Amino acid sequence: MSDAEQPTDSHIPGTEEFEPVDVFPEANEMDLRPGADNCYKCSTCDTNCPVAEVDDDFPGPKFQGPEQWRLKRQDDYDIDESVMKCSNCLRCDSACPSSVPLSQMHNTARAEYVEKHMSKYSREYWRNRMLANYRRLAPLGAMFPRTANFMTSLPFTGFLGEKILGIAGDRDFPTFATETFRKWWTKRGGAKVSNPDKRVAYFHGCYSNFNTPEVAKALVRVYEHFGYEIMVPEQSCSGTPMFANGMLDDARRAAETNVPELAAAIDDGADIIASCSSCSMSLRQEYPELFDIEDIERVSANTWDAIEYLRVHEDLEGALEGATVGEEFDDFAYHAPCHARNQGLDGQTVELLGLVDDVDAYDVGDSCSGISGTYGWKAENYETSMKIGEEMFEHMEHAPADTGLTECPTCSMQMGHGTGYEIRHTLEVLEAALVGSETGDA
Amino acid sequence: MAIEDDVLVIGGGLAGVTAALAAADEGTQVRLVTYKQSTLRHASGLIDVLGYTPDGEGPIVDPFDELEELPEGHPYERVGVDAVRDALEFFDDVVGDAYAGGHTDDNALVPTHGGTVKPTARYPSATAAGVASAPEDTLLVGFETLPDFEAPLAAAHLEAAGAPFEARGVTITFPGIKRDDAKVTRYAHLLDWDESVDGTTGARDALAAAVSDHLEDESRVGFPAVLGDDHPEEVRADLEDALGVEVFEVPMGPPSLPGMRLEDVLYSALEEKGVRVTSGVPVVDYETNGDPGRIDQVIVDRNGADVPHHADQYILATGGLVGKGVSSEREGVFEPLFDCYVPHAADRYDWFVDDVFGDQPYARFGVVPDTELRPLDEDDEPEFSNLRAVGGVLGGYDYAAEKSGGGVSLSTGYVAGKRAAKQVGE
Repeated sequence: MSDAEQPTDSHIPGTEEFEPVDVFPEANEMDLRPGADNCYKCSTCDTNCPVAEVDDDFPGPKFQGPEQWRLKRQDDYDIDESVMKCSNCLRCDSACPSSVPLSQMHNTARAEYVEKHMSKYSREYWRNRMLANYRRLAPLGAMFPRTANFMTSLPFTGFLGEKILGIAGDRDFPTFATETFRKWWTKRGGAKVSNPDKRVAYFHGCYSNFNTPEVAKALVRVYEHFGYEIMVPEQSCSGTPMFANGMLDDARRAAETNVPELAAAIDDGADIIASCSSCSMSLRQEYPELFDIEDIERVSANTWDAIEYLRVHEDLEGALEGATVGEEFDDFAYHAPCHARNQGLDGQTVELLGLVDDVDAYDVGDSCSGISGTYGWKAENYETSMKIGEEMFEHMEHAPADTGLTECPTCSMQMGHGTGYEIRHTLEVLEAALVGSETGDA
Repeated sequence: MAIEDDVLVIGGGLAGVTAALAAADEGTQVRLVTYKQSTLRHASGLIDVLGYTPDGEGPIVDPFDELEELPEGHPYERVGVDAVRDALEFFDDVVGDAYAGGHTDDNALVPTHGGTVKPTARYPSATAAGVASAPEDTLLVGFETLPDFEAPLAAAHLEAAGAPFEARGVTITFPGIKRDDAKVTRYAHLLDWDESVDGTTGARDALAAAVSDHLEDESRVGFPAVLGDDHPEEVRADLEDALGVEVFEVPMGPPSLPGMRLEDVLYSALEEKGVRVTSGVPVVDYETNGDPGRIDQVIVDRNGADVPHHADQYILATGGLVGKGVSSEREGVFEPLFDCYVPHAADRYDWFVDDVFGDQPYARFGVVPDTELRPLDEDDEPEFSNLRAVGGVLGGYDYAAEKSGGGVSLSTGYVAGKRAAKQVGE
């Protein structure tokens, strides 16, 4: 191995001084070569891929990542269309024993495929673009929530959605809240606690704003309970659904809104917190992997999962020890979202709820829910998505609980769709344990 | 505020899991942090104790006869022979019926996918019918789409090695497999779920039918280890019923189903014993507080954010050169997390010998522990009073040549887990 190609390993002391010789000019853009070279083809990623497991036409992450990257060095090879079947669950990332940046490779390959090979006039392109840009459509639904909820509940709408757009007709559209979180926040007069020493900026994302504001409100109450001043900066979509659909330009535009806003909050002394595991995953990992925007590394390094943040900065375990949630909640069947797993957070909810006296969370295992954001919403993926989810549905039904629990909005849709259970967010349970319900039986 | 536990184990392989289970058994709150998914997926699933002496003598019949003779500094010498027995008993309890070999001290001889024979102390029950010491004629079955197991070659190799039976190999098409590069888990799940391969026949019946055409008067049939992931017992029983002979698995290279099944068993045990598992994120640093000889907390890197984890006792189970628990640069060999002392020659040309299969010095690189398994510094003093090291990160033995990797991981993990738990709060 020549010095120029020496792979760097950030955990080895002394490698900081290594200065590579710039023999590959394209390395200044996005150099995936060290990642491809790190692959020793053990195929562990392939055995973790939930799509490859049920779809014989999908060649798996090892091909989509390092092998395809190598093939692309030849002029006569185009990105294979199978990359669109990757659901972006990122399980290959945590499987790889050799730190190959698989999801980064998939994201760039998918973007190239969409850019060069997908017709901009095709139904698939516009359907994907619409799903990826939920952030742009949701405000319409939120403006007339009752009408929108009525319209989407009509069987006819589902039929048309499937026939015209290719959106899975068997799925129920998420219900729009009658009042968005941001509207509630403004009406409430913003933060109730002012504290220059303990500030957080909340990245609520799209779903808890438009669809489940109760999750966002729970976060506000829990954080104010611990004496935090909460900021709610202007924000766009985290980009997760755009990465998954190869719409990197759309994702970059959203990032160009988010990064300066969040960086300004950091300058004001805040850390960034997110309640959705895919939002935090995106800001922490995918942003610095995919974009070169000023302050993006700083935003990434200062972003936290909302519950993890409290655990590290407060005595959350002490506060939960022996607490009760009252009548509102019974036991839960808990599913750890793939994007929480990739942040090492898959055990967090079960550990914490174990401390609360009158409620238990039963982990339903490490399988993928199968919906993976917009993936399971596409008519052509619906069957695969439900097949992947089967293991989770079974485990949920076997768990001694009738309510589901997770931190990811689309996992939650899939859990509800597959079992008919009501699905809640961990923050709602923490709110009940720490603050009590709104009527104030704390 | 850090994330708090009594004992923190760094590394999710066999040694780390054993240490976590042993510490949890003593009633302490244990957390296991593993950077990536457990490397048990790379393991054959065989648990060897000692197949050959450090001088290359063997295969050894009874490893316990030889353990006493090992040189000072060998991990087995550090923990003592009784600890090896206790650790095996502990393992037998955890895995139950999933493993065989506990009825005797003697090594079993298990055929590998290359047709060699490996002396090993414990083996998956799926492998039991295939041991090479049984004088039963054997048919090995390989699949066209699974080039990792070349059955005719493996059979010829077994016969050449002097196995006391006739071995024959055939290669067939696996019914229901559509891709040339199908994942091993795809084979396993076809059989697990007994998926229909042609609209009517289930995968198990179809496979048995394809094999029975080739079966002559052999009394056992060996397959590459892909016979089920979640329900291997059922799959094997159905194949045995349909074929009328014993069926066994030949352990394979990575990704390995027997390794994954062992991972499942061990991680379920962790859950049952209340061990908290954090995976997907690396431990990158440590901090002391006042006393430089005591680790106060370690730093976990969560996608850029530093998350402190505090415990009373720490166990290092990060693996060897392959697992990245031991690293090297041109200037030296080191343990990257706590920078524990790793003895090695100053000139890097002395780290290896030219004969690839010779007595390679690098194979013995690793930290040097005292009998408490605390890594020692250059002056033979413990690096930290509350850090123990287990498994592949230890030096002083060549697990590949000795066939001792499994046993060293079990016994050092077991001892370190017990002692760490005992020391909590002292």
